[in-house]
Amino acid sequence: MNSKTLGYIIKRILLAALTVWCVITITFFVMHAVPGGPFLSEKSVSESVRQALEAKYGLDKPLFEQYLTYLKGIVFHFDFGPSIKQRGRLVIDIIADGMKVSAKLGVIAAIIALIMGVLLGSCAALNRNKFVDRLIMVISTAFVSMPSFIMGTFLLLLFAVKLNVLPANGAAAGGLILPVITLSLSPMSHVTRLTRSSMLDVLGQDYIRTAKAKGVSKWGVVFKHALKNSLIPVITYVGPMLAYIVTGSLVVEKIYSVPGIGRAFVNSITSRDYPLIMGTTIVLSVLIVISNLVSDIMYKIVDPRISFE
Amino acid sequence: MKKKLTMHLDTDSFLPASEEEKAYMVQMRPSSTFFKDGCKRLFKNKVATVSLIIIVIITIASIVIPMFWPYAYDQQLGMQPGKPVDPSFNNLFPMQWSESELKRIAAGESLVPHIFGTDSAGRDYFIRIIYGTRISLSIGFFASIIVLIIGMTVGSIAGYVGGKVDLFIMRIVDIIYSLPDMLMIILLASVLKQTNLATAIQGTPLEKIGSNIISLFIVFALLYWVSMARLIRGQILSLREQEYVLSAQASGAKAFWVIKKHLIPNCISVIVISTALQIPSAIFTESYLSFLGLGVNAPMPSLGSLASDALNGINTYSYRLIIPAIVISLIVLSLNLFGDGLRDAFDPKLNA
Repeated sequence: MNSKTLGYIIKRILLAALTVWCVITITFFVMHAVPGGPFLSEKSVSESVRQALEAKYGLDKPLFEQYLTYLKGIVFHFDFGPSIKQRGRLVIDIIADGMKVSAKLGVIAAIIALIMGVLLGSCAALNRNKFVDRLIMVISTAFVSMPSFIMGTFLLLLFAVKLNVLPANGAAAGGLILPVITLSLSPMSHVTRLTRSSMLDVLGQDYIRTAKAKGVSKWGVVFKHALKNSLIPVITYVGPMLAYIVTGSLVVEKIYSVPGIGRAFVNSITSRDYPLIMGTTIVLSVLIVISNLVSDIMYKIVDPRISFE
Repeated sequence: MKKKLTMHLDTDSFLPASEEEKAYMVQMRPSSTFFKDGCKRLFKNKVATVSLIIIVIITIASIVIPMFWPYAYDQQLGMQPGKPVDPSFNNLFPMQWSESELKRIAAGESLVPHIFGTDSAGRDYFIRIIYGTRISLSIGFFASIIVLIIGMTVGSIAGYVGGKVDLFIMRIVDIIYSLPDMLMIILLASVLKQTNLATAIQGTPLEKIGSNIISLFIVFALLYWVSMARLIRGQILSLREQEYVLSAQASGAKAFWVIKKHLIPNCISVIVISTALQIPSAIFTESYLSFLGLGVNAPMPSLGSLASDALNGINTYSYRLIIPAIVISLIVLSLNLFGDGLRDAFDPKLNA
């Protein structure tokens, strides 16, 4: 790793930190545009919650001071304050509880999307312009532009309501199967298309011809020489893919009532639990920013030829 | 008679050309403009043409049908003034009639059928779908226009002025670009829903549109202009080095004039293409937000809110979910394919 790469990585980390700070700041000040402020806009706040909030954020103090306290709480203690609607619970506990389910859902979906996408994409590229290729491309084009909530409701309708083979409730046994499929189909199609085009690109390179000429078997060429290099564009997609999975999980968890962070977020919007909205927005944003950061850095390390300016 | 090796010129070669010969020299092909060329390429692309036809049909249907359809999107058919409430209008299956309608048909009247039935409040579902399509399409269209105006202004200023202004604007663009857009949109939409926007726009023409759609537009205006601004800045950065810009500057043209008359017209194809691709993404975002309950105001339907409402009765009335879902997918897919075709036809360079 040369100094240029290192410089890029440092710059990229600084930008990510700045982004996170912006998210927290925007969230805080946007939420204070709610009449009455996020913490006390509802009259039904219980006395204990009110006292806890007043002690913590000094709700009578100037706005900027409250902001500093909020920022400090997040950075040093992961403290997002108590929930207004779920009495006696801290926002961070609700997020942690939801995260256990959502992380499982998201990670499985991401892994399936990557593995299946790479497999299907290579399959399409190796059978270029044959029936298999056409079929894979038509299906992936259709899936790419299908919104996750439509995909989710269709799968729910088909497998849970009409065929009744899989549970519709995400909390039941095997209930994560449908949400995982819903979440992984669209990123999978993206990965398929990416892998196909970069694989085709790589297969036309000189070193592939050399490898073939020196007698490497067909699969040896594919696995040892072609696949490795054609995965580079896929790495850049990992960041956006995780972002898609995070936002997609909001609706998917709503559709299948999975007890995850996405459902907590959607419910907090409808019940106007502002501290919870703020907390989940910040946590999910940090997740997305970090995954983008990691995929950018990995891309730079894997292929130092690439410059981003 | 012609002799070789003589200095005498053949005078026949110097006669004026006859009309026939003149006609031969005329360029037979009609001159082709950039626009015509692009259109030709576009219509050769079957996928793009079919997509365009689908979009046009859907758009015209969503504009024309509500004009003559006997039911309104918010009309609860069971509750007619001066008559007792008729619950048999609620939850009709496709092509079914309510009891009072059956009586009227028996009396010899001919009525327009409820093609997709009615919803739980007795509203004709067909017209709600059509109206929802209209709302979704117009949100997509106007959101893209807003994005275009802001992105074009900021991008051309950054690109043309350059220097510190450019640096400052591009840092802001970088930060907004790296924000998780969907989450910020949800946050803004959920806050704007609670603010006093509804009272602020009361009495103005905006009131008719509804506060939620306005807040959707605000959200788009705040976040989605950045990629447009980046694109236009890049174009203008390369265009401003051209000789004709220098010539315009030398003849005393002001910055605004140069941008308006020389730079923008030269990147118009990039602008049109990315605006066209912005529409499906705006429609998609709108339906996503409506699905989460952050979309249009209640009696007004949009495709996303129709799908979201249908989730409750999914066991019995699954068609209520399937119809809006198909319409959204069809619109988004054909707009995307058409945009891709447009890009291939008008700007082969952009095709990455």
